[in-house]
Amino acid sequence: MAYTKKVIDHYENPRNVGSLNKEAANVGTGLVGAPECGDVMKLQVEIDQETKVIKDAKFKTFGCGSAIASSSLATEWIKGKTIEEALAIKNTDIVKELSLPPIKIHCSVLAEDAIKAAISDYLKKNKEVRTA
Amino acid sequence: MKFPIYLDYHATTPVDPEVLKTMMPYFTEVFGNAASRNHEFGWVAEAAVEKARQQIARFIGAHEKEIIFTSGATESNNLALTGVAEMYKEKGNHIITSPIEHKSILDTCHYLEKKGFEITYLPVDRYGQISAEVVRNAITPKTILVSIMGANNEIGTINPLAEIGKVCKEKGVIFHSDAVQAAGKVRLNVEEMGVDLLSLTSHKIYGPKGVAALYVRRKNPRVRLSPLIYGGGHERGMRSGTLNVPGIVGFGKAAELAEKNMAAEMARIQELRDYLWTRIQQELDEVYLNGHPTERLPNNLNVSFAFVEGESLMMGMKELAVSSASACTSASLEPSYVLKNIGVGEDLAHTSIRFGLGRFTTREEIDYAAQKVVSTVKKLRDLSPLYEMVKEGVDLRSVNWTGH
Repeated sequence: MAYTKKVIDHYENPRNVGSLNKEAANVGTGLVGAPECGDVMKLQVEIDQETKVIKDAKFKTFGCGSAIASSSLATEWIKGKTIEEALAIKNTDIVKELSLPPIKIHCSVLAEDAIKAAISDYLKKNKEVRTA
Repeated sequence: MKFPIYLDYHATTPVDPEVLKTMMPYFTEVFGNAASRNHEFGWVAEAAVEKARQQIARFIGAHEKEIIFTSGATESNNLALTGVAEMYKEKGNHIITSPIEHKSILDTCHYLEKKGFEITYLPVDRYGQISAEVVRNAITPKTILVSIMGANNEIGTINPLAEIGKVCKEKGVIFHSDAVQAAGKVRLNVEEMGVDLLSLTSHKIYGPKGVAALYVRRKNPRVRLSPLIYGGGHERGMRSGTLNVPGIVGFGKAAELAEKNMAAEMARIQELRDYLWTRIQQELDEVYLNGHPTERLPNNLNVSFAFVEGESLMMGMKELAVSSASACTSASLEPSYVLKNIGVGEDLAHTSIRFGLGRFTTREEIDYAAQKVVSTVKKLRDLSPLYEMVKEGVDLRSVNWTGH
């Protein structure tokens, strides 16, 4: 598989690898994918309770190079964004940025799902009702 | 040390320099058609082909008249299966094989199923072995052929061919074996193994690509085959077409070298393979061997590195040319059917890497490979949510995954 420079860069120097305290009230955790499918992403967001800005984001991914790059890029993008802005990120944005081939599009879908799952976990913890 | 390091000898092997030297004159000076019976050019070419036939026959304990040259093992396997099916269809329509054969067997079986043949895919055990007893129980009065590979190309498991051959002989059923991976690594003798048809290929034993053979028994029983390719009646009518003389000469030389050097070469390679596996086990946890612990090709190591996806692992060790059964490396997005059939869960199948060592593998290369594998797995496990969860004591099976 010939990857683009950007994918290789994210794979070799993944941004924001790690874990946040999933018990903290201002941390949301998303876990998407399945080991049987060959990719699992854990993405976490730490949110400023006042401004609703994502102060920090961390990820860990089990998956191919594209999956690692997609989640690494996702954390890079959502840091400093508000919840609303982060939720607006589409998988197609990731596909475009990383020039993913069609067979790897599911990696970007998973990254979008991971962002949404992390934010949804935060919102659930904080009992906020969102209107879609 | 040259990079990348080639550790994919199951896929193919380089041509041995001695083999190449033997082949060279047959491209230019000795270029005759081995079927030209009326002049010197043809005679010399024919003599070279016959010498190669003898070298290959000796390699498997056969008579040279029993060697049919083909274009590749895929053709040999196709010819063995469809050739027997077509020739013996009056006798029966049942064929027995295993679900972890090479695709050139399985796809041919699917074709034959469409033509009305019944195929039994015998269950393999957790190491990928087929027992003679399982074969015996599957044979019916309609069975015309049993086809079981000598050794598996992914996991290296070796089958008890002699025992299976005995059962087939007893029951009067033709026995074919795809011995492409076993050749040059374990001793093959068609008499001792009771094999009636045997597929071999040159490029897995340091010969050129594009040339292979099918052994076809001449006596007890005499096996007849319907050809796949019609024409000038070459190769006892079983495979028409001008012979690839330089290729055949190289194949013959490769077989001779393999026979001569096998014992010493395999001892050396096995030691390197065992050393690699020992290093991996010593320096990493949660690693699992796929295939049989002892009844396996001495050059094969197939390992699942739990919680690290195979393709990303290969990406991290570009200096090593290995192969992965991970779905992400295949066009189909399906993980290995071989691992699936021996009961390796899909989660672990995604994490498997096949190492294939060979004639030109050095200790220095294996040292480098061991260190590279260990450091890359560690790096990717730092990145793996699954490894983190397991270390926290989470039972991954209890997690409600949201798989696609």
